[in-house]
Amino acid sequence: MTAITIDKATKVFSSRDGEEVVALSDVSLDIGENEFISLVGPSGCGKSTLLRLIGGLLPLNAGRILIDGTEVKGPQVKTGFVFQKATLLEWKTILENVLFPLKIMGTLDAKSKDKARELLALAGLDGFENKYPAELSGGMQQRAGICRALMHDPDILLMDEPFGALDALTREDMSIELLRIWREQPKTIVFVTHSIAEAVLLSDRVVVMSPRPGEVKQILDIPLPRPRSFAVQKDARFQEKVDEIRHLITGK
Amino acid sequence: MSHIATRTPSPLRRFWMRSQGTLLPVITFLLVLLLWEICVKVFAIPEFLLPAPSAIWLATTEQAGLVWGHTLATLRTVVLGYGLSILISLPLAFALTSSRIVANAVYPLLILTQSIPKVALAPILVIALGANELPRVIITFLVAFFPLVVAVTTGLLSVPGDLIELGRSYRATRLQQMVQIRMPYAIPFIFSGLKTAVALAVVGAVVGEFVTSDRGLGYLIQTSTAFFRMPLAFGAMLVLSLMGIVLFQIVAVAEKLLFPWSSQQQAD
Repeated sequence: MTAITIDKATKVFSSRDGEEVVALSDVSLDIGENEFISLVGPSGCGKSTLLRLIGGLLPLNAGRILIDGTEVKGPQVKTGFVFQKATLLEWKTILENVLFPLKIMGTLDAKSKDKARELLALAGLDGFENKYPAELSGGMQQRAGICRALMHDPDILLMDEPFGALDALTREDMSIELLRIWREQPKTIVFVTHSIAEAVLLSDRVVVMSPRPGEVKQILDIPLPRPRSFAVQKDARFQEKVDEIRHLITGK
Repeated sequence: MSHIATRTPSPLRRFWMRSQGTLLPVITFLLVLLLWEICVKVFAIPEFLLPAPSAIWLATTEQAGLVWGHTLATLRTVVLGYGLSILISLPLAFALTSSRIVANAVYPLLILTQSIPKVALAPILVIALGANELPRVIITFLVAFFPLVVAVTTGLLSVPGDLIELGRSYRATRLQQMVQIRMPYAIPFIFSGLKTAVALAVVGAVVGEFVTSDRGLGYLIQTSTAFFRMPLAFGAMLVLSLMGIVLFQIVAVAEKLLFPWSSQQQAD
């Protein structure tokens, strides 16, 4: 089943002095249901832009994007967004932050709190419900951010370099955590990252993009067995894919 | 004394380490007062030039009832003017930040009102509004409201793009964006403005009293100096600064109680 269809998506930004920059040019891509797909590429290749287009946060200039066959016209309930920074509301507790989407969408009910607690427990944050974001480490904040994106039970999780602001050790832990959460709550995940190893470790497929204008250069299958752990990095195929992607990006 | 200190050095020392932050300024202040007192006595400085702290204390406490009455009068002007500035600043800042048209239309005017020296405006207001409380309240308001508008506007506009995008991704309405994201985010800014404004409100009230009043601490300072009653003038001035400190602290404590995360954030 195809969850997301991207059909010749084109996005042009005009800067203040009227200059036009083509961020994405004729990008086409089909993403399957419950697939984990990563977008990698150098800065300016339009991977974050593509994510925002799927999320309906930006309008397209040409082409179209369909989610479950319906054209994306703006933000919708089928997607949940995880940002590079945790973007938690400093004045709300972790529990209130996780409930925030439901509050905005007006769908809070008696069971919401229990569900939020379950999600927090799933992300290893039980006991932190009533803490404020400032009291949590960067990794824990980002876990809360992921819980928040899962709260309204979206079919699709859009993640924009979610671990980019974390230190290297936390980052590795978080990728394995994410795989665990994804196993327990299968979703279609579109994951933007700068880290090739992270992309290979997590994904079913890796989309390598190239800049100026942003285009899809190649799509690679990652035929590594699941469930995956760090041990997978010792697999020869893992290294092979990492090298292949690096070569595609840097030409070396 | 010394042998007690040597027998139990650590508790005393610990007490000193712990309360150094509060004790040190108090001790410095007392030393300055002492030095002041001694200088006035030793050099026989005439009272109309510089009264001794003891003379100020005596003159003020002797007339405590009178000083209290004037204090209440000033406080009333401060509270009314400050309240008015809050009532007008907050909605104005919301309007400025939610509509570019309002911002473009009003902001230059706002800056214009700030370039007018309030002291120069005061006599004109007295003629226009009559020799009553109103011109004093208006001057207090004019002095206090601008920094408040600027602080609230800055706060509402400095919300990171991420948070706005977060709201958008859940299809937040403009009202939800304002109430759920922008306003709470601006709380620390609003309180920083409220603190500046309350200190300025005291200044505004005194300026108003200098120009037109038959009551208030500003009036008391003027009449006292007219008769060279310097100790009382000094006393009134000190009561004024005390009022400023207390009002400032009330706002600071209100922030801590109502929005604990806000003061925490500023400390970071």
